[in-house]
Amino acid sequence: MATFQQNVEATIPALRRYARALTRDSDIADDLVQDTLVRALRSEHLFHGGEVRSWLYTILTNLNRNRLRSLSRRPHMSSLEDNDAPDLAGPEAGGRDIERALATLVEDQRQALLLVVLEGLSYREVAEVQGVPIGTVMSRLARARVQIKTYLDGGRPALRRVK
Amino acid sequence: MVDRNSPVTEEELHAYVDGELPADRLEAVTAWLAANADQAALVAAWRAQADSIRARYGAVAGEPVPERLQLDQALKRDRASGRSWAALASAAALIAFVIGGGAGWFARGAAAAGPNDFDTFTAEALDAYRLYVVEVRHPVEVPGSERAHLTQWLSKRLGAELRVPDLQSINLKLVGGRLLPGPTGAAAAFYMYEGPSGERFTIYCAKAEAPQTALRFKDGDSSAAFYWVDDKVAYVVSGPSNRDQLENVTKSVYEQIDKSGAKKS
Repeated sequence: MATFQQNVEATIPALRRYARALTRDSDIADDLVQDTLVRALRSEHLFHGGEVRSWLYTILTNLNRNRLRSLSRRPHMSSLEDNDAPDLAGPEAGGRDIERALATLVEDQRQALLLVVLEGLSYREVAEVQGVPIGTVMSRLARARVQIKTYLDGGRPALRRVK
Repeated sequence: MVDRNSPVTEEELHAYVDGELPADRLEAVTAWLAANADQAALVAAWRAQADSIRARYGAVAGEPVPERLQLDQALKRDRASGRSWAALASAAALIAFVIGGGAGWFARGAAAAGPNDFDTFTAEALDAYRLYVVEVRHPVEVPGSERAHLTQWLSKRLGAELRVPDLQSINLKLVGGRLLPGPTGAAAAFYMYEGPSGERFTIYCAKAEAPQTALRFKDGDSSAAFYWVDDKVAYVVSGPSNRDQLENVTKSVYEQIDKSGAKKS
């Protein structure tokens, strides 16, 4: 049987992937992963069974939520044109489009979508990570998909959150 | 969106895309999609979104893990680091709340504190917070200038030795306190503090079953709370929904309660 530390270690590449997509910034993403690892190891004794992987996703998700909260308290001017219109051409266009589309999502919806399509978690696992009922996960997922489709179809984002 | 009378719901279409559809619905959904081109196009669009996301980020998991994220490095750095929140984590129980709010893996620190205690106490405390924090003329029964009387009165009614924390060091003045009905029908003590710009925080205390628990965080719409039990008294510190600020207040309260407990024993 794998030890707790081995389980944590095996999850690092997936955590980096999730963090990168969640923040769309490789430095911030790796900082998040590092903080996640430190907290997980520190609180191993608080882990009462279950899946180490889901638990790590939970920590990372919460840490990023806290990070966004503290950012939102600072006066912060973000450039709007940066995510205003999808790119029409270029080799990287597809990747940049999806990146910008993700950026227009509300954080909860982005988490739900990424955990399902990128990390392959089940709806039930995502519900555990987000601490909400499965129905809420499904409606977040549905709203995320509508928003991304609207964005990629060239419509303006239905809702711009100042976050 | 999906027709109201349709035999296939939109939820089922998402479940179909995500491989969560029960096997006995697979045939119905496939047939439905074959007959409804617009729905099939929607499903295709969702799949394409997922493909783009995987194409954009999937490779990250295949990159070599940077040295600072190797587990032994993380351990070493952790021991060496003097990060500010580490001080807060000195009591082992406190570590839980840094991560808290998750899905219940955490820290029923000392056994008996069921999640129900957490839910009922924080719900009561947040109700009281929301009710009295907007009160301009009569927020309290006993003003903060009568601290000794307040302490004595509420300790007697609760049947537990209370202490009204002094939060001047973080710029919070004691407005005063009042007696409230507690979650179990017994009495609860309620203190209110006010900061320089009028922001208010409250502490709600009532007797609990558990001898002690870990610190836990509860986030509401506009208000939030930290809960813990120490020496069979539950404490809920409530304030505006700003976690860092509330954490700071909680830390001061916790330290004073802890100190007073240490003095007693």
